[in-house]
Amino acid sequence: MKRPGRMPVSVALACLAALVIIGVAAFAPLLAPYDPTNLKSFNLIDAELPPRFSADGDPRFILGTDNQGRDLFSTMLYGARVSIAIGGGAVLVASTIGVLLGLLAGYLGGWVDALIMRVGDVILSLPTILLALLVAGIARVLFPAASGAEWAPVILIAAIAIHEWVQYARTVRAATMVESERDYVRAVKVIGLPAHRIMLRHILPNVMGPVLVIATINLAAAVLTEATLSFLGVGMPPTYPSLGTLIRIGNEFVFSGIWWIALFPALLLVVLVLAVNVVGDWLRDRFNPKLRGR
Amino acid sequence: MIRVVLERLAQAVLVLLAVSAVSFAMFRYVGDPVAAMSREGASLQEKAELRQSLGLDRPVLVQYGAFLQRTLKGDWGISYRNQQPVTKLLADRLPATLELVLMATLLSLSLGIPLGVVCALRPDGIVARLIQAVSLIGISTPTFVTGIVLILVFAVTLGWLPSFGRGPTVDLGWWTTGLLTLGGLKALVLPAITLALYQLTLIMRLVRSELIDVLSTDYIRFAKARGLPSRYIHYRLALRNALMPVITVTGLQVGSLIAFAIVTETVFQWPGMGLLFIQAVSFADVPVMAAYLLFVGLIFVIINSVVDLLYAVVDPRLRVRAG
Amino acid sequence: MGDAAPVLAIRDLRIEYPLADGGAFVAVEGASLAIQPGEIHALVGESGAGKTTIGNAVLGLIEKPGRIAAGSILIDGKPFVSGDPNGEVRLGRDIGAVFQDPMTSLNPLFTVESQLVETILAHRPMGRRAARDRALELLRSVGIPEPERRLGAYPHQLSGGQRQRVVIAAALACQPRLLVADEPTTALDVSIQAQILDLLRDLADTQGIGILLVTHNMGVVAQIADRVTIMHRGAIVESGPTAQVLRQPQADYARALIAAVPRIDVRLDRFPMLDGVNHQKAARARGAFRGKLPGTVGESAPAGEPGAPLLEVRNLTVDYQAAGWLPGVARKGFRAVDDVSFSIMPGEVFGLVGESGCGKTTIANVVAGLRRPTGGTVRFRGAAIAGEGSAGWTVRSRRAIQMIFQDPYSSLNARMRVGSILSEPILFYRLAATRDEARRDVETLIEAVGMDADAAGRFPHAFSGGQRQRLSIARALGARPTLIVCDEPTSSLDVSIQAQILNLLKDLRDATGLTLLLISHDLAVVRQMCDRVAVMKSGKLVETAAAETLFTAPEHPYTRDLLALVPTLDHVRGEPR
Repeated sequence: MKRPGRMPVSVALACLAALVIIGVAAFAPLLAPYDPTNLKSFNLIDAELPPRFSADGDPRFILGTDNQGRDLFSTMLYGARVSIAIGGGAVLVASTIGVLLGLLAGYLGGWVDALIMRVGDVILSLPTILLALLVAGIARVLFPAASGAEWAPVILIAAIAIHEWVQYARTVRAATMVESERDYVRAVKVIGLPAHRIMLRHILPNVMGPVLVIATINLAAAVLTEATLSFLGVGMPPTYPSLGTLIRIGNEFVFSGIWWIALFPALLLVVLVLAVNVVGDWLRDRFNPKLRGR
Repeated sequence: MIRVVLERLAQAVLVLLAVSAVSFAMFRYVGDPVAAMSREGASLQEKAELRQSLGLDRPVLVQYGAFLQRTLKGDWGISYRNQQPVTKLLADRLPATLELVLMATLLSLSLGIPLGVVCALRPDGIVARLIQAVSLIGISTPTFVTGIVLILVFAVTLGWLPSFGRGPTVDLGWWTTGLLTLGGLKALVLPAITLALYQLTLIMRLVRSELIDVLSTDYIRFAKARGLPSRYIHYRLALRNALMPVITVTGLQVGSLIAFAIVTETVFQWPGMGLLFIQAVSFADVPVMAAYLLFVGLIFVIINSVVDLLYAVVDPRLRVRAG
Repeated sequence: MGDAAPVLAIRDLRIEYPLADGGAFVAVEGASLAIQPGEIHALVGESGAGKTTIGNAVLGLIEKPGRIAAGSILIDGKPFVSGDPNGEVRLGRDIGAVFQDPMTSLNPLFTVESQLVETILAHRPMGRRAARDRALELLRSVGIPEPERRLGAYPHQLSGGQRQRVVIAAALACQPRLLVADEPTTALDVSIQAQILDLLRDLADTQGIGILLVTHNMGVVAQIADRVTIMHRGAIVESGPTAQVLRQPQADYARALIAAVPRIDVRLDRFPMLDGVNHQKAARARGAFRGKLPGTVGESAPAGEPGAPLLEVRNLTVDYQAAGWLPGVARKGFRAVDDVSFSIMPGEVFGLVGESGCGKTTIANVVAGLRRPTGGTVRFRGAAIAGEGSAGWTVRSRRAIQMIFQDPYSSLNARMRVGSILSEPILFYRLAATRDEARRDVETLIEAVGMDADAAGRFPHAFSGGQRQRLSIARALGARPTLIVCDEPTSSLDVSIQAQILNLLKDLRDATGLTLLLISHDLAVVRQMCDRVAVMKSGKLVETAAAETLFTAPEHPYTRDLLALVPTLDHVRGEPR
């Protein structure tokens, strides 16, 4: 029997990797050698320089430069920052909405439950990426400013969260229905506590476990969705790129042998998502007693 | 049984109505249809006429009713971008996408189920751990990165397979297929693998966890206590129970495969509906966006209604409760 | 039977579970027992005693990483190597198994025929047709009505009793010498339990099968076992012929265990229990708490003239309706409670008994305000609190009626400290002026239920099932109620803990004059506790009577059946009637 509390080495490593990437991204303005958002800090003359370690690399740029002459390493740090902020934002928005609606649906039942769940059904009948594309696409038509650097993150967060809340709501609803029938909830109902207090003080802490697991796994999924949207050209603009935008830019140059613009951001993205997924997986297995110790 | 069918149909119709309402709202309120459809420099008079001919001056519910009528008749509007009927645009692109999605589904099921079984039966074995690790990388790699890497390796470096397009196709009346020519098949390989990969890991992980759950149930314990051979217990008893949820998830995932085809088609310049859609998004071609949304909703609802009914046939518990 | 080889011989068995720190948890130590052909040998003990572990060991189904560290298990004199398809002894052929829950023992996706036939074919080379005939014969032998028709049925189409018969049929498929039955009737109602027990006895008598019966129920043991072995913490404490062990237990633990079994034939004042509780301190705390109950201080005394009932249930009807897929579309429901009337006098302990699904818990829920009735009225001190003509619940009627629950593991919120759980009703009803006073009240309450006051600072998982049930009772008392609804308060507890909790409820009632509504399926518990009893069947009340009358001269045939079918210690197998 493995002790359930102990973290395997691989998970510890993944945890470390995720924390390092998130930490470095958060402090990108302090750590990056250049500021890719500052037009004066780069020059088109430096465009498409290969990484320092290759034959004709430039010592100023560790991982080379992109098509505008920006230092790729710095741009990647800023890009990871954007990706994580949007992914985290989407998870935060989706989980808050989903948990509250799930609590209401599961505790109140009746038409509130039916309404919330049917709206969820319709939303789930459209795949995440399609819904997100639609929201992003519509936003661009309705508010031309939406494709700008200020509003794009907000639109992206909304586009991702509009689909993801349903998963939290369904999980929390199911858990709430189970908890509502358990004796500790019946006990406080007998006391006559008001519904909001029963939901928030008694049920909520007992249904948060699966929410944390979903949130972790969803963070990985949200970062991927953001990257996909940006890759498809409806996400972050090239002037303020996320990792997905960088890969999109790099993809245009891959066939001409300029591989680094796409490869390094892709690598960083995969490592980040993988690390978060490993942690999420471990949390889920730990949480599901049936899989424990396997 | 009839009750289940009717209830399922009612559910399907409701979802479709909701999707069509969203689709209508997009068509009607996103951007100005009149501005988009009238020719350059049209007079106010002309615009008013167009508005009237489109019925945009009538009450919203009447407009929605008319929209539904047109939709049912197969008139899904005119593309703003190239002034062609949307129905024709979609129909032209449909075979490419469906062949791709079908291939990817077959691929993911035929590999995902056996791999999942291997992982569940010997969860601590080296093979299982390896498959698990690779599958984690699989779900962590975005589709477009997989596609780019495959192109770099098999198309650019090795030159074995084409990197874009559908290859030569054969015209079968209203359906063009790439499955009948060698070139068409070759062109299908990389996009199908790219699209299937994510699905495959999903199915593999689902089969694994379901099977592990089933193997710890009382009825499997009782089967062991009856001395049944473990091969029989694993492959005939447990696998059948474990595959029930796989049916549902596969159904649910066909919708998202069609959506993920957008990405795959973009990477491989595959002339399917996804490519059409992404072009529509970048050109703000609202009728095409709205129609595509409606179409995916329709496919999703049809497949999942069929899956649910299938489920009721396969699972004796539902079969009898239904009767 | 002296000379015949025993069908099962266990010698000096030791079963260990290795621990992460290199040591091992010993689940069973030095256990030996033997079963002769045609003999039913009961293995009894409370949870954690190791009885199920021995049952699993005999079947070779010990959960990994547990292992047999020493000793031997011989079937018919031959060693059983689990997992060896060519061994001399084979699971399913020579040893049959029956598990507790017939609902989960059968695979829901396969027919009865398929599950029986596959078992037969796995051990006996024969044609499918012959195997089908054999399956039919098996179903007949376990007494399933219309066996032809049942062959094609799926498990969910059978009742619980029928499923357990199918399970037994599958276990008997190849005429095993030994049957291991692990709590085979625990999940069943009394009437079905009686049938299954008869079947097991019959199998032993007519087919000479040896049966290892793992159970916690002493009544079951008394009814069908030839010999009994009592286990405690992994070791055998006493073993012998059933009558001898149950009537003259030698070991201290065996004596205490048997004394804790509630009897249906006589009412005792208390169970003679050693529970490690400081009774003087507890009694002092109860005295201190008593001064705070309504009717003794401050608050107005119970309204109404003397002789008026405290709680009156009139023509109560409750329908259940499954929620529909769409708002407002309800599905066809069923009637859980049908036109039930009874009343409870102040200070009385009123019992409500019946088999599972008879509607007794629904009534508890209505009385406690957890469910709205479909029709009828519930009056408390003359005022309608639920149903027709009620003004709804008030904070006051809520406070006056409290509840304790069946499952001590779910009745306390695992995320809150005991102190906050217990002070919640006190603060909500403003029964304490300050938080400090509430804290002191909580400490008094904890002591009143026989625990130490420092429990307030800990989380529920630090306590055993019995302790949690005490805390749950303390929470109910904290509201200073007049009536406590007890919904199966001891049915998930071990028998010795049950005796302690029942003693506690009696002490509390004696100290405070509380009125109790006790919901139970266990007639013996009801006998020990109640002044008056109502018997329910399928949503209807069949009989209400004073406890003594009901148990000595039951009127309704259903009550008589129930009383006759409950396995008790009144009569032990092997004793002359």
